Amino acid sequence: MIGADFVPFALTPLLIGCLASVACALPGNFLVLRRQALIGDAISHVVLPGIVVAFLITGTISTWPMLIGSAGAALVAVAMIEGIRRFGRIEPGAAMGVTFTALFAAGVLLLEQSDTSGVHLDVEHALFGNLESLIWLDAIGWSSLADPQALAGLPPEIFRLAIVTALIGLGLMVFWRPLAISTFDEGFAETLGLPVRAIGLGLVIASAIAAVAAFDAVGSIIVIAMFICPPAAARLMTNRLGAQVLWSVAFALASAISGFVLAAYGPLWLGAQNAVSAAGMIGTVSGVFLALAALFGPTRR
Amino acid sequence: MTPAHLLEIETQAKAEAAAADSPLAIRGMTVFYDQKPAVFSVDATFQPGRMTAIIGPNGAGKSTLLKAALGIVTPLAGKATIFGAPLSERRDRLAYVPQRASVDWDFPARVADVVAMGLYPKLGLLGRFTGAHRAKVKHCLARVGMEDFAHRQIGQLSGGQQQRVFLARALAQEADLYLLDEPFAGVDAATERAIIDVLKELKSEGKTVIAVHHDLSTVPEYFDDVLILNVRKVSEGSVAEAFTHEALDAAYGGRLDLAGTAALPVSA
Repeated sequence: MIGADFVPFALTPLLIGCLASVACALPGNFLVLRRQALIGDAISHVVLPGIVVAFLITGTISTWPMLIGSAGAALVAVAMIEGIRRFGRIEPGAAMGVTFTALFAAGVLLLEQSDTSGVHLDVEHALFGNLESLIWLDAIGWSSLADPQALAGLPPEIFRLAIVTALIGLGLMVFWRPLAISTFDEGFAETLGLPVRAIGLGLVIASAIAAVAAFDAVGSIIVIAMFICPPAAARLMTNRLGAQVLWSVAFALASAISGFVLAAYGPLWLGAQNAVSAAGMIGTVSGVFLALAALFGPTRR
Repeated sequence: MTPAHLLEIETQAKAEAAAADSPLAIRGMTVFYDQKPAVFSVDATFQPGRMTAIIGPNGAGKSTLLKAALGIVTPLAGKATIFGAPLSERRDRLAYVPQRASVDWDFPARVADVVAMGLYPKLGLLGRFTGAHRAKVKHCLARVGMEDFAHRQIGQLSGGQQQRVFLARALAQEADLYLLDEPFAGVDAATERAIIDVLKELKSEGKTVIAVHHDLSTVPEYFDDVLILNVRKVSEGSVAEAFTHEALDAAYGGRLDLAGTAALPVSA
C-alpha cells in the first residue's frame, strides 16, 4: 500500500477524509454538550436541496453558489421549523425532524428531475460523496509532494477543507473560554456580559460551514456521523473539556484512516473482489468506536 | 407649580437618590410568560451591606425578578440599576449564583475548572492562566470547605457540594453584590451552615447579599431584610418591619391555591 500507487490514488482521499472528519468533530463536541446534536444532523440534510437549487440556477458546482444555496436552505429550514412548531402545535424536536427529512427528500426529487449528468451530483453522491474519485493524477510518488507542478493538480477540495478545518480550530482556541462557560451555564455567562446568543449562533454557523465544505467531498453520511460519534465517544474517555476535544480529533482521524483502509482492502481480505464505499465504512467505523468507548471508556456511566 | 407637583418631584428625587446609593434598585419590573404575569410592576430598593431574603410562594416570581434584573430574561417593562448605573456598566461588581438544577452537572469539567470560570472577566479571551489564578481558585474553594475536591469531576459531587462550588465561583469574581437563587435548596445541614457562614463573612466585609429563599423559619436568623413577593410586591423592609403575619398571610394565605396552580415556571 505504501508503494508508488499510494500517493496518487490513496493519499489525497485519505487526507480529505481526515480533514472532513476533524472539521465536523470539532464543533460537534459543543453541539453534543448543548444537546443540539440534532442541529448537525439537520444542517447536513438541509444542505442538499440548497446545493441542488444553487446548481439549477448557476449550472456549476463551484464553492460560492453552493455555500449561498446551503445558507438559504438553512434559513428556509429554520422558518419551517418555527412555523410547524407554532401552527402545528408539535414539539420542537419533532418539528425539526419533519423539516429536515422533508427538505432532504425534496432535494432528492429535484436532483432526479434535473440534468446533472455533466457533474458529480446525484443521490449516491449526496449520501456518500465521491471520496474515492478525489485522486491526484499529477503525482508519480512521494517526490511529487515537492514538485510545484504536481501540487497544482491537487483536488481543490483538499485546500477548501484544510482552510475550513484550520479556521474552525483557530476559532475554537480563541473563543474557548466564552464557548465553554456559555455551554455549561448560560445564565451565569449572561451575567458576565458574554453575548450568549451570538456564541450559540456562531457555533451553528461554524457547524454549517464544516458541513457544507465536507458534504461536497464526503457526502452527508460522514458529516452526520462525525458531528456526533467522535465527540460522544470522547466524552466517555475523559472528564475534562480540553481533553475531550483532543480525544474527539483522535477518534475522527482513527475513523477516517481505518475506515478508508477497511473500505479499500477489507473486502479483498475477506475474499471479495470489490471495494466498498469509503464514506460508508468511515461512518460505520466511527459508530464502532463509539460502541467500544461505551463498553470500555474510563468515564462511562 | 402646585404643592402637589412639588411633592411629586420631591418624592421622585428621593427615590432617585435612594436608587443611586443602592446596590440593586428595581423600578416597575414586569415580566410575562405566555401572557401570564410572572412579576408585575415591582419596585424594590436593596440596602448596601445587608443580607436580604426574597421570599414568596411557588410561582411568585422570585427567581424571575432576579433574572429580569440581570438581563437573563427580558422584561416587558421596568428597569434595574446596580450601584446607580445600568447593568452593562456594573457587571464587574456583581456575582450571580444560579439555581443548582439549572445546569447539567455531567458536563466534562472538574471542580477547579468551574471555579476558574469566575475569573473570566479578569482573564479575558486569551489571558494566561497563571499560578496566581490557580492560588485564587484554591483560596475560594477553601472558603467553602471544598479545597480537597479541586480535581473531582463535578458530576461526582453531592448536591450540597455542587452548591458550594457555585458559591466558590462567585467568590472568585470578587464582587460587591452577591445574588443567589435558592442557595439552600436541597442541600445538607453542613452545607447550609457553611454557606450561611460565608455569606455572613461577605456581609462583614461590607458586601451586599440578596438571596431567593424558601425556608421561612430561618429568615429572621439568616437575614436582615426581606422582600415578600407574590407576582406583585407584598412588603419590603427590615425583618422586624416587613416579615409580619399580615404580609405573609397576604403573600401565602388566601392566594396559595392560585399561586400553586399558576403556570409560572420559577426556573426555565
